[in-house]
Amino acid sequence: MMMSDFPPGLVLILGAFLLPIISQKFRPILTLGLPVVTLYLIWSLPNGVFSTFPLFDYQLSFVRSDSLSRIFATVFSIMTFGGSLYALKQKSVLELSAVFVYAGSAIGAVFAGDLISLFVFWELMAVASTLIVLSVNNKHSLQVSIRYFLVHVFGGTLLLVGILAHILDTGSTTFSAMEPNTFGTILIMAGFLINAAAPPLSAWLSDAYPEASFSGAVFLSAFTTKTAVYVLLRGFPGADILIYIGIFMIFYGIIYALLENDMRRILAYSIVNQVGFMVTGIGIGTDMALNGVAAHAFTHIIYKALLLMSAGSVLYMTGKRKCTDLGGLFQSMPLTAICGIIGALSISSFPLTSGFISKSMISQAAADQSLTIVWFFLMAASAGVFLHAGIKFPWFVFFQKDSGMRPSDPPWSMRLAMILFSGICIGLGVFPELLYAMLPYEVTYEPYTVTHVIHMLQLLLFSGFAFFLMLPWMKRTLTITLDTDWIYRRAVPNALQKMFSIIWQLDRSVRDALKLKLNLYLSYFSGKNDRLSFLLSQNYPSGSMVMWVAVVLAAYLLLSFI
Amino acid sequence: MLNNNESENEKHWLVRKKTIVLLWRVGLMILFLLVMADFFVHAHPYFGIDGSFGFYSWFGLITCIAMVLVAKALAIFLKRKDTYYDDE
Repeated sequence: MMMSDFPPGLVLILGAFLLPIISQKFRPILTLGLPVVTLYLIWSLPNGVFSTFPLFDYQLSFVRSDSLSRIFATVFSIMTFGGSLYALKQKSVLELSAVFVYAGSAIGAVFAGDLISLFVFWELMAVASTLIVLSVNNKHSLQVSIRYFLVHVFGGTLLLVGILAHILDTGSTTFSAMEPNTFGTILIMAGFLINAAAPPLSAWLSDAYPEASFSGAVFLSAFTTKTAVYVLLRGFPGADILIYIGIFMIFYGIIYALLENDMRRILAYSIVNQVGFMVTGIGIGTDMALNGVAAHAFTHIIYKALLLMSAGSVLYMTGKRKCTDLGGLFQSMPLTAICGIIGALSISSFPLTSGFISKSMISQAAADQSLTIVWFFLMAASAGVFLHAGIKFPWFVFFQKDSGMRPSDPPWSMRLAMILFSGICIGLGVFPELLYAMLPYEVTYEPYTVTHVIHMLQLLLFSGFAFFLMLPWMKRTLTITLDTDWIYRRAVPNALQKMFSIIWQLDRSVRDALKLKLNLYLSYFSGKNDRLSFLLSQNYPSGSMVMWVAVVLAAYLLLSFI
Repeated sequence: MLNNNESENEKHWLVRKKTIVLLWRVGLMILFLLVMADFFVHAHPYFGIDGSFGFYSWFGLITCIAMVLVAKALAIFLKRKDTYYDDE
């Protein structure tokens, strides 16, 4: 194997095992250096398939390098670098090691050229991300991580069965575009969709991510769902059903985020919303749409990480996470507030931010394909993003009422990470060509036309107007909104409990009735015997019979001597 | 009255009443100008109705109000105290 075809993800995975043994002083060299090495390896790979190994009759290929895998791997390694910078204050080595395995296997999954190695990295991601949630080590984390892990194991099982069926059908392990029309491909798509937080098993995301540490949530937001977007983009471009699933995810995210009180859970629901845009784009499936999806995944990872860094800084400095406890923090955390607002404007696709140049491509693709209803939904959703994340997050955390808290901005490493990602958000918004040059298809899109800018400003600012008009209705309360996790956290356990208590009751009453009947028969027979012969057969006939036999024998013996 | 003024002055300039009133005025002005801009930009509607006057403005406003209403309606059935799962 030459250095040039070394799987880039392995650098991070192997590095993860060095982190616990190296002293804390030198750890930053690894956590900041390894992502840079990875990025270098990614860009020094020429297009093509490398690192192939035979496995029985099949061929594993760990590196398939093309523009699509490169853009995802690139943003994953930028994310790992920025996140590591942010996480310099993170004391848990378990979390950092898990993060590096997680990031490395996400890059490994993106480069995987065959379904078997894809599956290996897929499962490695599930284990590593569970460890990130578990490493918080408070009274909830064990329960949360078990729930999280079980959902992903279920998704992984669907994927594995699908892959095996697909290999039996086609005789090939190659991972390329498929149609969801056979048993195998449908299961593969279902496995992919579970990781994309698609319905009905979408609640794992908003359940687990907000329970991670201030830095853990930043990493979690980036890899699992975006790897799922990548594999859907590679495996099922143009599958119609994805349009409907995506639209559902978009509005599910908005509605639940609107009702949420926990600041990081608002952002978690908005991940589902943003992934919904991407899934819709994959369903549309034209070159423009797929370019838009890849671009949006790239920009989304950066601004969502930025938003979670901003929320994580608030959590780190105040220990509070509910909107009802927060407010007025802009006064003492100006940098965190400004960076949070930049992230919020980017997710809302404001002109001159990164979201503007990526999301518009997806709605443009819907318009080009004359998908009328889809387009109207996407426009309404663009307004809704500003409503549920763009304004709601900064308003309730940094403005709203004065909570009286005056925490300062977080330590320099966290500030630097936020400044770096804010810079990328604005940089890509101002120079879209930088991103467009990396896209898988040729870009024929011009985001900055006067008409488009004016229209988007109208849409967004009137959405903001609606927010402030309905502010009394937006007031946060100490509530949660039931999601599909209620089914496996409450409904099924309760139903099982009820079922077993009914079974046990039934069992006991049947036993009691039988015992009663037996006793009745017993006393009936003994009574009958008593009436027949008081001496020979009482309640315990065998005992008295033995006695009477003994008496008879003794009498006989006595008589024989006479 | 004097007391009121003093507590106003102690506040961060951004949250003083005067600033908030000013922000509302400027904001409404921007919204008005944006709608007026529709007279000047060259619209190329894809589906017809999106070429109507101020489409993006009223569409954004109405759909946002609708989404909040739907959320409120859903909350009637699905809202629980945030201690709901605490006994796990």
